[in-house]
Amino acid sequence: MNISVELQKVDELHIKGLIGGEIDAFTAPMLREKLAELNLQKDLHVELNLTDVSYMDSTGLGVFVGFYKTVNAANGHMELTGLSSRLKRLFDITGLVEIMDIQATDKEVKIDETV
Amino acid sequence: MPQEFKRQYKEILKQYTERQTEHNLYEGQNFSRQLIQKNISPEEVISIHKASLEELMPDLPNDVSHSFDLLIEVMIRYGLALKEHQTLIKKQENFKMEMELASNVQQTLLKTKVPEMNDLDIGMISVPAKEMNGDYTHFLNDDTTVGIAVADVIGKGIPAALCMSMIKYGMDSLNGAKTEPVVVLDVINRIVEKSVSDSMFISMFYGTYDTSQSVFTYASAGHEPPLFYCAKSNSFTELQAKGLLLGVISNVKYEQHTITLEKDDFIVMMTDGVTECRSKDGFIDQNTVMDIIESVRDQSAQDMVEYVFHKLEELQEFEQRDDFTLVIFKKK
Repeated sequence: MNISVELQKVDELHIKGLIGGEIDAFTAPMLREKLAELNLQKDLHVELNLTDVSYMDSTGLGVFVGFYKTVNAANGHMELTGLSSRLKRLFDITGLVEIMDIQATDKEVKIDETV
Repeated sequence: MPQEFKRQYKEILKQYTERQTEHNLYEGQNFSRQLIQKNISPEEVISIHKASLEELMPDLPNDVSHSFDLLIEVMIRYGLALKEHQTLIKKQENFKMEMELASNVQQTLLKTKVPEMNDLDIGMISVPAKEMNGDYTHFLNDDTTVGIAVADVIGKGIPAALCMSMIKYGMDSLNGAKTEPVVVLDVINRIVEKSVSDSMFISMFYGTYDTSQSVFTYASAGHEPPLFYCAKSNSFTELQAKGLLLGVISNVKYEQHTITLEKDDFIVMMTDGVTECRSKDGFIDQNTVMDIIESVRDQSAQDMVEYVFHKLEELQEFEQRDDFTLVIFKKK
């Protein structure tokens, strides 16, 4: 049960994150802490790439919802990319796909090429 | 008691200084177990060593003897750390007892009775993964209608349990079983949104079954869709209903749908403890779950839910990771 979280500042208003491994009750606190360290500000765009996430349960979902609320409260924007169909289903069922900026795997490839 | 320890230790030391065998070393290891059991601190052990050595070797140089006094001083902190450790273990035991107590209170507080209906056979099972159950099931009923809430609090343990009391409070404030599902979800969403922390959310399914019409009306707040089994076509379909998790934003539009049940049709409501089952070969997919349910479709609703639980428990090699709840409504 491992998780990796890498957050990188692209420029003043753009942060890219790469998350990999399993997000469950054991690893979610670490992800939450890492995200909480970010300096949120107006117009900040946080893009979190979940391509390498092999498993996520509802605790993980809770972390993203919590983070989404904090980013929004700071007038920033959160984007989730590279979701596998299994992960996408979680966001579909919970209705979160209607309020969050969520991109499934296909768009992901294009983003990777530009990096 | 220390005198007795000293006598024993002196004997072991004597043996070892005479013959440095594995056996004599092993005696020392065994002895340390006794010391720990009797709460003898590390600095006391060194005192015993010093005194024994001085008795065994009257010619022991003074500076060697003094060096032990320094060692005793050095070890005092270790002794304190050990005491602290023991206190913590005790505290932890107390916590565990309190958790068990809280879990009992929760079970009593949130107890729901599976209603007996003329037209409908109801089965329910809810098994927590840890002491506290993050899944919640609640029935409301009158003579003709039965309402069912199946909820999963995201976030576990005590905060999740407290959250459930809020759902119960919301449900109790409703006007009985005939309340429309979308109204139920809207009421509870407003309560939860106001009072819950930013990373705690609830997914909830709510349905009412009207026995006079055999109609099931339902809505969902981000919950795992139930399965509908049609006996005539011997097939399953998901009962989709759009709606956001409870507690994220205050104004949410929930969809409401209805479905009519024929004899032997049934609805399977569940939490993600059922759909997110993992065996050593990976996820147990929905088709497997459907096959398991279908294989016992002729049994009573209660036998069905119990069978499915045991079968999935077996597939997961008895390692339950998440709270598990399954409710079946089957038309008689």
